[in-house]
Amino acid sequence: MKLRNLIQFPDKLMRKMAPAFRKGGPLSFLHSTFEAFEAFLLVPDRVTDKGSHIRDANDLKRVMIVVVIALVPSLLFGMFNTGWQYYTALGTTTAQVGFFQIFWYGFLKVLPLLVVSYVTGLGIEFAIAQIRGHQVNEGYLVTGMLIPLIVPVTIPLWMLALAVAFSVLIGKEIFGGTGMNIWNPALLARAFLFFAYPGYMTGESIWIDGSSGATPLALLTGGTAPLEHLSSLAVPLEQLTEHASIWTRMASHFHIGVVPELPSWTDLFIGLVPGSVGETSVICILLGAAILIFTGVASWKIMLSCASGAFLMSLAGGIPFHYHLVMGGFAFGCVFMATDPVTSAQTETGKWIFGFLIGVMTVIVRLFNPGYPEGMMLAILLMNTFAPLIDHIVVAVHVKRRMKRIAAHG
Amino acid sequence: MNKRTFLDPLFRSSPVPVLALGICSALAVTVKLEPALVMALAVTLVTGFSELLLSLIRNTIPNRIRIIVQLMVVATLVILVDQVLKAFAWEISKQLSVFVGLIITNCIIMGRIEAFALNNKPLPAFMDGIANGLGYGIVLVVVAVVRELLGSGTLMGYRIVPEHWYVSQGGFYENNGLFILPPMALILVGLLVWIYNAKQAKSVW
Repeated sequence: MKLRNLIQFPDKLMRKMAPAFRKGGPLSFLHSTFEAFEAFLLVPDRVTDKGSHIRDANDLKRVMIVVVIALVPSLLFGMFNTGWQYYTALGTTTAQVGFFQIFWYGFLKVLPLLVVSYVTGLGIEFAIAQIRGHQVNEGYLVTGMLIPLIVPVTIPLWMLALAVAFSVLIGKEIFGGTGMNIWNPALLARAFLFFAYPGYMTGESIWIDGSSGATPLALLTGGTAPLEHLSSLAVPLEQLTEHASIWTRMASHFHIGVVPELPSWTDLFIGLVPGSVGETSVICILLGAAILIFTGVASWKIMLSCASGAFLMSLAGGIPFHYHLVMGGFAFGCVFMATDPVTSAQTETGKWIFGFLIGVMTVIVRLFNPGYPEGMMLAILLMNTFAPLIDHIVVAVHVKRRMKRIAAHG
Repeated sequence: MNKRTFLDPLFRSSPVPVLALGICSALAVTVKLEPALVMALAVTLVTGFSELLLSLIRNTIPNRIRIIVQLMVVATLVILVDQVLKAFAWEISKQLSVFVGLIITNCIIMGRIEAFALNNKPLPAFMDGIANGLGYGIVLVVVAVVRELLGSGTLMGYRIVPEHWYVSQGGFYENNGLFILPPMALILVGLLVWIYNAKQAKSVW
């Protein structure tokens, strides 16, 4: 009896407060804020009673929650990895500190990022909904979770808040809010940080809290690789074009082994390497991918075509294909960013083209542009821009083919 | 002469946000405030005097070759401005580089000559040119102030954001590199268009 009262308490409270927020009530100007909390905490008691609406249990709230659940493994691993990198850099062994101390350290470092991301983003969403008289929707739940996972853990919090504000306002609300945006808001936040504060997003001094070290991807693609590596390779200077330098450095890694810091493929797959919070562990990302594919929330076509695009392009040389998959943000972007149902292509054929081009583009940026070690973000943002065009062409081709068929059969 | 001839181009029909003319150079020269001011001045003078001159000879220009004549007049004035800048403000001239020469292709000038100077008396045409140049200048200055302040922490080269705020000096602040890059100028101009449109809508309703 007691427990039942406790469970029903928020319900009763909300119902008691509701009249004040309805039209004509003293707090009616706050009605979208009230409705947002009501929808978030309870199942709203009002349903459509006429018309031909399709009733389905799968609404925006449920879709978003599924993605958030799929992100949890990466988040937890990211917390652990943050602590792991810190203690490893200190020279402490795991036996000395223990699992929970490592996790606790990372938890305390990652939690502020999450809080800042959600507070800033939801604050702006609530304010805009209030101004426009719209309902607050659940669109930001996933974005707010994604943003802390794709930044270095050492990013200053005010920069993160600024990036969140930029992506929510300029990237989403200006275009009309959730579902109307052209670019993935989380990636837009990352792009903002990347171009506004490059020193905090790439390089060797940012990935590990309290120490320094380049990500494996940066070491391989030469974006921030230390110059000593180049000179120690003893290749003729004229061969040191950007492309040649990747070749030689790769050759040195796989045959001679001049670059000792580079982790093995298994290390990269497990994910105990420096990198953005949630992107390092491919195991956890695959776990999330399984959840997304099983529930039908994300398109497996995009994930598959993204990997195959990377495979085709990786034949051009440089880094082997299986390294592309586990390095940097490829897996994370492929599973959680490229499959964003709003900004990816909508047609089924379009999804194949969209994903494929993302894979190709990513590897091109990684191999041929030493200024940007990571190509995933730029590739996805670029293809987001072209997604409507891809859809348009797919539909136009389809229409043309059917017109021809009609003409042939008279 | 109508008062609106002068006041409208400043806000209500401002060249960049409302008529969508001269956007290209508004993105290019607004990284710092100083070149933006010089550019605004140069465009104002060129627009004003080319409209004045072309309005004076508007009845003698054969219609079929009027574009060539307009270009000749504008090009002459632009070369004058360019030479003056090179002689007296070499540093700024270097910063503005090709964009002084490209004033010739600035849509505001040709647009206003075609739309206004060829159909109006010299004095109103001159005022229209000056006002359009100033309307362009206002946008340029607003965008440049935001970009220089947030991108470099200075204004006209003077430090506004205190030195000890920066991380390298033990503070917390960093300049926002995105404001140096052209995309941010485009976004800022877009926000200005938004403000102008919102004001316009209010005055219409």
